[in-house]
Amino acid sequence: MGIVSPGFQGRPRSSAPDLPPGQYLTEDFPVLSAGPTPRVPTDTWEFVLTTETGAEHRWSWAELMNLPQDTPTVDLHCVTRWSKLGTTWQGVSLDTLFDAVDTDARYALAHSYGGYTTNLPLDDLRGGRAWVVHTYDGGPLPAEHGGPARLLVPHLYLWKSAKWVRGIRLLVDDRPGFWETAGYHDYGDPWREQRYQGD
Amino acid sequence: MAAPTTGRVAPLTWRVARLVERRIETPTAQTLLLDVPGWPGHLPGQHVDLRLTAPDGYQAARSYSLAGPADGERIEVTVQRVPDGEVSPYLVDTWTEGDPVEVRGPVGGWFVWRTDETAPVLLVAGGSGVVPLMAMVRARRAAGSRTPFRLIYSARTPDDVIYADELRRRARDDQGLDVAYVYTRQAPDGWRGEPHRIGLADVNSHGWPPDLEPLCYVCGPTGFVETVADLLVGLGHPTRRVRTERFGPTG
Repeated sequence: MGIVSPGFQGRPRSSAPDLPPGQYLTEDFPVLSAGPTPRVPTDTWEFVLTTETGAEHRWSWAELMNLPQDTPTVDLHCVTRWSKLGTTWQGVSLDTLFDAVDTDARYALAHSYGGYTTNLPLDDLRGGRAWVVHTYDGGPLPAEHGGPARLLVPHLYLWKSAKWVRGIRLLVDDRPGFWETAGYHDYGDPWREQRYQGD
Repeated sequence: MAAPTTGRVAPLTWRVARLVERRIETPTAQTLLLDVPGWPGHLPGQHVDLRLTAPDGYQAARSYSLAGPADGERIEVTVQRVPDGEVSPYLVDTWTEGDPVEVRGPVGGWFVWRTDETAPVLLVAGGSGVVPLMAMVRARRAAGSRTPFRLIYSARTPDDVIYADELRRRARDDQGLDVAYVYTRQAPDGWRGEPHRIGLADVNSHGWPPDLEPLCYVCGPTGFVETVADLLVGLGHPTRRVRTERFGPTG
């Protein structure tokens, strides 16, 4: 427990849902990104998985759409403390994309149109816990939320769910991405409040 | 699973801060000056987390941009009261000199301006998005920097302009600082033009041409930042030189 601030009560909390520590509920969908929103046409869009040996696996937009589709309903937790529950998506499980990939790597660096990067342990992208999604709430994913396609890794803070994703590079050694280099946590588990380096 | 750690950065600790002074900026915004023993210093553009704890142990934390450059153990934030907000009404209405809140920071390493930068700077603020940009304007002055600065500040009405007196003074005294305003609802008497949302003509007239390779910082509500960032890219500014900070409609 921290230092009590006299006169602070907080909101009534009897009906508060079970949120990760330090999070509050929001109904709308805030936008947070470091720069202008890239506009990526689907006819030139591609997604590239690059293994630690340099082997490349590519999918065009049409090829992605022809893969088996999942429709996850997940809770989102942003490091800036809002959480949004029960969001519905459609996309391709990373398990499907990794099916044909031979790798001994343990780490992944996702990269985006626009230059953004973020790192994750490879295990966190597999096992039915991560997707490349293109549909949100029944419609095409808007560009400001990462459309045409973004990564969705809902068990980590939302900055790991790279918007405008264009590929994943598999790495033998961990390498911090954009926000991680700027002081944010390497892993980002909302339930352990891993917001900043050292948490 | 064990989280990978690099140990690059010392953990950010919560420090106990006390209110030293408050300044009324507008009917809904106040600047709070905090004394934070052990504060490590910061760069203009960085933010802090403020955390409140209720007597029953409940905690709520929010992020606020730092409004001033590094100044020993003194920091300042400008807080806009959010209707139905949980934290800002306490900070603005209830917090009393001497009462503790906890502070953690500084946070953020991208939306920052360093005083040894010499590229021209364009700052575009929507509403209380002016706060981290004002920290840059003040840091420039404090460092005696001659880097050319232009600030475009969009506010609803003249009464909503935060730091109005200081901005007037700095635009007069700080050589190489230009300040232009856009009013969305009501312009001051004698203003040329009608109230309007910021558009291409504003950014084109009051910004820098792309060939001067300015650094652009845009801060404000989501829709505002989307609009301005798209305009800047459309005018030919490389996306890597357009840095944005958005705040959503939540409080």
